[in-house]
Amino acid sequence: MTTSISRRTFLKGGLAAAGAIAASSLPLPAAVKGETGQELATLIDIRKCIGCEACVEACKEANAAKFPEPEKPFPKMYPSRVKVSDWSDKREVMDRLTPYNWVFIQEARVTVNGKEETYTFPRRCMHCQNPPCADLCPWGAARKLKNGITRIDADICLGGAKCEKVCPWHIPQRQTGVGLYLDILPGLAGNGVMYKCDRCYNRLEAGKLPACIEVCPENVQKIGPRAEIIKEAHAIAKEINGYIYGEKENGGTNTIYVSPVPFKDLNRAIEKGPGRPHLKPVSDAMAHADNLAKAMVIAPIAGIAAAAGKFYAASKKRGQHEEGRK
Amino acid sequence: MKTYARESAADRKWLKRFYIMLFAVMAFTGFGQMPIFKRYYIADVPGLGWSADYYKTHYIHYVGAALLLGLLAYWMVDYLLTGRREFRLTGSAYVRIALLAGIVITGIFRVLKNLPDVVFSPGFTMFIDIAHLGFMMVYLMAALIFLIFRSGWTQGIDD
Repeated sequence: MTTSISRRTFLKGGLAAAGAIAASSLPLPAAVKGETGQELATLIDIRKCIGCEACVEACKEANAAKFPEPEKPFPKMYPSRVKVSDWSDKREVMDRLTPYNWVFIQEARVTVNGKEETYTFPRRCMHCQNPPCADLCPWGAARKLKNGITRIDADICLGGAKCEKVCPWHIPQRQTGVGLYLDILPGLAGNGVMYKCDRCYNRLEAGKLPACIEVCPENVQKIGPRAEIIKEAHAIAKEINGYIYGEKENGGTNTIYVSPVPFKDLNRAIEKGPGRPHLKPVSDAMAHADNLAKAMVIAPIAGIAAAAGKFYAASKKRGQHEEGRK
Repeated sequence: MKTYARESAADRKWLKRFYIMLFAVMAFTGFGQMPIFKRYYIADVPGLGWSADYYKTHYIHYVGAALLLGLLAYWMVDYLLTGRREFRLTGSAYVRIALLAGIVITGIFRVLKNLPDVVFSPGFTMFIDIAHLGFMMVYLMAALIFLIFRSGWTQGIDD
């Protein structure tokens, strides 16, 4: 651990800056800028990550203007079981997801071929292809953008934390005392705003890379059209006899991890809990909605058929009745 | 002729009860999409623990929506083929039908939104989400007013 810290300190000052300069000078393909409306994904090659946290710091800096500035004291909320989520005095926390920390470095010590090895990798929103947070948000505050970003609009979110609950990784984090709920019924409904990685949507729109990608001295992350990213992930996995996470999880995400170690081993080794997502296999949370949508197509057809059948039977019966009277 | 009318009336009474029950389930699971059942102790009522599980309420809401679509399609066609000769729709029925249409259409868009590969603009997403809830609230208020004034859906053709 001591080695990794000294390495981090060194890298923060030197390599990170060099990486940023090098990356920012690269022209961005139109697809990456989000101009084409193509679904973009990121590739995270965990072999390359040295845990320097340059991405974490760059994220904090690039997104500082989006961070919550809550009004205090918080309005009293009813009933008393409603808990305040306040991270405004702990803005410096970097070892988990918070409303002020949208990416963090997870560490896994695993034994590979009898040798202990440490892997580090950035964790943040997976940007699912069919995100339950956006699908199930009752206000439309969380939504998926055409370029594959899942974004929570801080101006609309009421902080009910439904997105956090339905997210298979429980990524979004709440800050009380900020947002629209203050103008509606602060005591009775809402509880702040939910925050998470928005993959620097505004930087992408401006033709820049997401801050975490741009600053990385080791080029751990890469962004591009999903099909290309998947292709590259498979090529790396094949080359290193490795593993992929994020391609199929939750029906497919736009964050693809490649690792030389099975993800079940990494999952066992990482610290998990609130703000520290797991690496377990995840089945498609919205699969039920896809299947039942088909039932919604069939049901009206069945209804129409039943009514027509009833009409036909009644007409036939009436005809027989009238025939009998003749 | 009267026999068939009586049979139809009995069917309609049964279906009406089913519709009211179904609508209550839809309203409950629909409101359950908002984070209020846990906050306001509804999920603490014995037997209602499931109501705090968004996936469960969503699943039930979808099943209910399929049944509701089937029932509404049945009623629509049944009215056109048979019903309109036996009864007339009241003014309040037309109000209810308009509001139901609002609920159903915005509901269909919500279902479409939840499909993979379907992405609506942020503004439209917010509109359908809020409009679906809005139509439902207005429908419930209208139903309550019509109940107070005893204004049903139908009246006899000779009334």
